[in-house]
Amino acid sequence: MVDFSGWDMPVEYPRHGGLMKEHLAVRTGVGVFDVSHMGDIRIHGPQALAAAQHITMNDASKLAVGQCQYSAMLYPVGTFVDDVIVHKLGEDDYLLVINAGTREKDVDWVIENTKAFDCSVEHLSDAYTQIAIQGPKGAATLQKLTDADLSQVKFYWFTYGTVCGLPHTLIARTGYTAEDGFEIYVPSDEAISARVWNAVMQAGEEFGIVPCGLGSRNTLRLEGALSLYGHEISEAINVWEARLDRFLKMEKGEFIGREALHQAKASGIKRSLVGLESIERGIPRDGYKVMDLSGKEIGYVTSGSYAPFLKKNIALAYVPVDLSALDTEVAVEIRNQPVKCKLVPIPFYKRPKKQS
Amino acid sequence: MAYPADFKYTKEHEWLKVDGTTGTIGITDHAQNSLGDIVFVELPKVGTDITAGQTFGSVESVKAVSDLYAPVSGTVTEVNEALNTTPETVNKDAHAAWMIKIALKDPSEVGALLSAADYEKFAGEEAGH
Repeated sequence: MVDFSGWDMPVEYPRHGGLMKEHLAVRTGVGVFDVSHMGDIRIHGPQALAAAQHITMNDASKLAVGQCQYSAMLYPVGTFVDDVIVHKLGEDDYLLVINAGTREKDVDWVIENTKAFDCSVEHLSDAYTQIAIQGPKGAATLQKLTDADLSQVKFYWFTYGTVCGLPHTLIARTGYTAEDGFEIYVPSDEAISARVWNAVMQAGEEFGIVPCGLGSRNTLRLEGALSLYGHEISEAINVWEARLDRFLKMEKGEFIGREALHQAKASGIKRSLVGLESIERGIPRDGYKVMDLSGKEIGYVTSGSYAPFLKKNIALAYVPVDLSALDTEVAVEIRNQPVKCKLVPIPFYKRPKKQS
Repeated sequence: MAYPADFKYTKEHEWLKVDGTTGTIGITDHAQNSLGDIVFVELPKVGTDITAGQTFGSVESVKAVSDLYAPVSGTVTEVNEALNTTPETVNKDAHAAWMIKIALKDPSEVGALLSAADYEKFAGEEAGH
């Protein structure tokens, strides 16, 4: 167990085979994660949409009831307060799913910056146990436990259904694994949570389900090049640099960070997130220096690891924009030795097109 | 897994097997178990001098990097190159998957190392935390 922002969490479940097996289970079958550390903020009331639009960068007005979108809350300077998934629960009713490490800051931020709007903000993080059932067999596993027709729920949409006898359970087709899967939100009561967890394990047994910890959660999201707060995104990194501008809707109107991002773009982006793959022996890891081939320091690795499914050593890193072209060769300093890497497209892994 | 009685051990979780003036070095079953799936091993070249208590290489699992510490001093005479391509053999049988062989510089250093029984007790206490 490790302490993760105040949560006691397993890095892996060794008795079920450990990190590598967990990772592969999610890519080829199904894995289950206890992600109750994720936080939840509900914004509702007559001006809930206007409030959500003001504090997030994606265009929440495009959401239908039952739909979610990846977005982020930004500081006025265009850097990240946190990345969030915005769920449209109903007209004038939105749920923001936030990170554990930024939870208190996020809640304060939302309350402070929605004051001018006619809406209420509820902090619901402690009300839910969030369980992620991820992998190509995720739908088949969860379908056994619910009356909701999961085949009708598209990626980044959600529905409500009875799950393990719990009525009106939020079931979202979302995740952090670059794989198909669902996240369900059940009451945080310990006995109920344990019952649901065990039921999921049993339902997935025929597909070889394994419980998955923080370790595989990290390697799975890294293969998918999904950002992690404090690594690829932070208060010091802006949206352009992080290459998340496909979720940035400048044309939607005013929101916090917009003006600074407009100026940042006009004055030129200086660094960019890139994908690296080792071409010599060595695993680039978080915080390692990136150098050009002459040995001059040019950037740093934000996340790096052996990639269990791809069987390569990969990393995300910040480098100057003029050195960010694909196939550029750079070196990562590993224990004082330069190890050659080349720039490759991200995401490193894309899941095969829909099979169901 | 049993710790071979004819090996000596360090508190940094390496084992040493002595045959005359040759020492064979690897990591313990406890070490591989705490590291998890091992995906990378970095070892010194033949001819390198290593010093007791100093790092001589590293072993990496998916989740962590761990330095290798020399149990005793000596000169590397042989390296298990097979671990470059199949590092997972360390997980399968840590006490057989040796890493390097050295010519011992000072055989009296061996006396300072732990016996199998002492190491097992030490590792058990550490795992209990």
